[in-house]
Amino acid sequence: MTAPAAALLSVSGLVKRFPGVLALQGVDFDVRAGEVHCLLGQNGAGKSTLIKVLSGAHRPDEGEIRWRGEVVSFGNPTAAMRSGVAAIYQELDLVAGLSVADNVFLGHELSTAGFSRRAEARRRTRALLDRLGHPDISPDRDVGRLSVAHQQVVSMARALSLDGQLLIMDEPSAVLDPDEVRVLFGVIRELTAQGVAVVYISHRLAEIREIGDRVTVLKDGRTVATGLPAREVKTSELIALMTGRVLDNVFPDRKPVDPAAPEVLVVRGLADGDRFRGVDLTVRAGEVVGLAGLVGSGRSEILETIYGARKAAEGTVAVDGRPLRRGSVGAAVRAGMGLCPEERKSQGLLLDQAVYRNITVSSLSSFARFGFLDDRAERARSARLTESLDVRPAGVERVVRGLSGGNQQKVVLARWLLRECRVLLLDEPTRGVDVGARSEIYELVRALADSGVAVVVVSSDVEEVLGLADRVLVVREGRVVHDGPADEIDESRVLDLVMEGHAA
Amino acid sequence: MSEDTAAVAAQQQRAPVAKDSGSGLSGLLGSPAGRNTGLVVALVLLCVGGVVTAGDRFADVDNLLTILRLAAVIGVVSVGMTFVITGGGIDLSVGAIVALASVWATTLATQGIANDTHWIVIVFTALLVGGACGLVNGVLIAYGRVVAFIATLASLAAARGLAEIISNRKTQIVNVPGFAAFFDASVLGVPVLVVIFAVVAAVGWVLLNRTTFGRRTFAVGGNPEAARLAGIDVRRHTVWLYTLLGLCCGLAAVMLIARTTTGSATHGGLYELDAIAAVVIGGTLLTGGRGTIAGTVFGVLIFTTLSNVFTLNNLSISAQAVAKGAIIVVAVLLQQRLARRSGA
Repeated sequence: MTAPAAALLSVSGLVKRFPGVLALQGVDFDVRAGEVHCLLGQNGAGKSTLIKVLSGAHRPDEGEIRWRGEVVSFGNPTAAMRSGVAAIYQELDLVAGLSVADNVFLGHELSTAGFSRRAEARRRTRALLDRLGHPDISPDRDVGRLSVAHQQVVSMARALSLDGQLLIMDEPSAVLDPDEVRVLFGVIRELTAQGVAVVYISHRLAEIREIGDRVTVLKDGRTVATGLPAREVKTSELIALMTGRVLDNVFPDRKPVDPAAPEVLVVRGLADGDRFRGVDLTVRAGEVVGLAGLVGSGRSEILETIYGARKAAEGTVAVDGRPLRRGSVGAAVRAGMGLCPEERKSQGLLLDQAVYRNITVSSLSSFARFGFLDDRAERARSARLTESLDVRPAGVERVVRGLSGGNQQKVVLARWLLRECRVLLLDEPTRGVDVGARSEIYELVRALADSGVAVVVVSSDVEEVLGLADRVLVVREGRVVHDGPADEIDESRVLDLVMEGHAA
Repeated sequence: MSEDTAAVAAQQQRAPVAKDSGSGLSGLLGSPAGRNTGLVVALVLLCVGGVVTAGDRFADVDNLLTILRLAAVIGVVSVGMTFVITGGGIDLSVGAIVALASVWATTLATQGIANDTHWIVIVFTALLVGGACGLVNGVLIAYGRVVAFIATLASLAAARGLAEIISNRKTQIVNVPGFAAFFDASVLGVPVLVVIFAVVAAVGWVLLNRTTFGRRTFAVGGNPEAARLAGIDVRRHTVWLYTLLGLCCGLAAVMLIARTTTGSATHGGLYELDAIAAVVIGGTLLTGGRGTIAGTVFGVLIFTTLSNVFTLNNLSISAQAVAKGAIIVVAVLLQQRLARRSGA
């Protein structure tokens, strides 16, 4: 894509201060019409702040933003949208209960003398959806009933409804399965062909190669490289730029599983009467089993049912040979199970409470005498754990909300390390976690397995499942369709199995 | 007290650096110490107002003890309410439970048994009735999955109705000598009712801040789903929270019977509003996950002192209500500000 010489957007010397923190300290890059410009950086590198500055949610303290050659200062997101810059956040800002058309024109409703022009809104919405290659979404549908992928399309339509020229997308693929990512990429290509520029943020390097034109890397609020060719630049180089260190192999080495190791977790004929049925699963001490499958294939439900968070209709779950009571998280936890849930923030953490309280929440009775807690012991044990896991910034009194995704995940892991659990269930352990912390989490999981823990990992990232697991189960439409060693199967075969029988 | 300051220091440390502007009044008010300071300042201002407008009639030991005696009953309910709200719930039925417990504990039958055996029967009856009502609320909410607002609204109607049926809408006068003698007494000059309030507040503080029960309350209120997945039996805990509040209501009923020497279906009118208001202006978040017993105690004292000062100045109950409303609005506005600052 050879772009015109003039940049659509150019940013230079951008500085944004928050009390006590320099969030951005010199960001320079430019975006050309019709390109996909990828922003890479670890959590905390300043990507979110940069998006907010570009889309008018924050005002920069220093530096210059030029939009079509002119210096601009967007006072608020609406002003930015009217100029043609729109951001699509991970948490989509749609109103469930309103129709697609209502959402597209939310905040700038079409009206004549106060009466809304619904037919016109519907017509324009249809045109926008057509333009995005999605005539299949009806403007009258309730947004709450659409799939996440379709909601994202609606969000994009909304961004374009005011003649958007630049779309900023914050990790749009994080909530999509591979099929839907492909659809998203189709939409992005459609848009760039029409001259719209896209700033694309993702942690997944493979995606950046597939969809990106140029890459800018941020580290500690600064641009460390800009305008790199997305397809040619080496992965190792990108990682080195992001982390400031060289990482050759993200996945730790596997140790062969002892075939005589005891079977710690045994699941037989598990079914929830709805999403999945007939699931058999055996995990030995020291083994990591990966569950691959599309979003909605039932893989998360399987994990939650094993854990007792959902009630099984049929089947048994046993830990160390003892069957567990159905539908009881308490029983599972007492038997030595731990779950790192998919939605870390809404399911895993007490966001407004201190790190140590999040770590000890599952082990309170071991810190208590007659119900009275030994705060000091809690803090001391938590401090030792967070130190060994390298949770940054350190300090067990900190509120969890302020930590990055990777460090939050470490806090959840620490909770189960503290309990010395026998079975660890991980649902999307590295979603929203940057590359550096990701490899630390992989190493931790491997170290746990080596110490004799039975681990089950669910992930949309096939590479992750294959790299981390000893054995891979593929789930499709609520059934296990493959069960075999990880080194006897490759990514394309897994994707084949995952999607076989699916309408593309 | 030293533990208090340690906790405060910890809290301040805990504030994320990026968001802690620490500047000016709002920064100060943002810290728990600051929030309590704000409440103390409000209380002191009220007292100054009392002295200026009513002079010796306000600054009189008997008057101050009256304030505390009045604060004691609603205070016990408010301490229980702090637990429920911190745990992410709400209870609108507290006033009705107090009424029902007061009536049930003062029927001729109960008084007869009490006279034949021991006056403590009255206390046990009230606690039992209150605890049972709380248990019903808790089970409805936790296992029946009825929204707390609706479940306790229903209890409010039902409990007060039942109280009217039992009492036949008549005020029941207590005539159990030992009972009155015990609760009318003073310990070192402090009325027994006030002592009870102090003990309840102290036990509440320890329970909330120093025990697994309290910690689980914060967890359940902060994020029930995360608490559940961490292995906490959220439903059982919820039942305990409402039962605890029910017991507090039972105790409050006993104190009210002692203060008025009657049991009546009209007792505890609007206690739900007074208790929730005291809890909220004390700094407990209505959304759950954050709660403070000390704040609640200050909240109760502020409202009771306000009433007293107004009464001494011959201002009507209606004027008091307006002032109360204004205080609630100001406190909540302030709280939202602070929440935005720490949450953005």
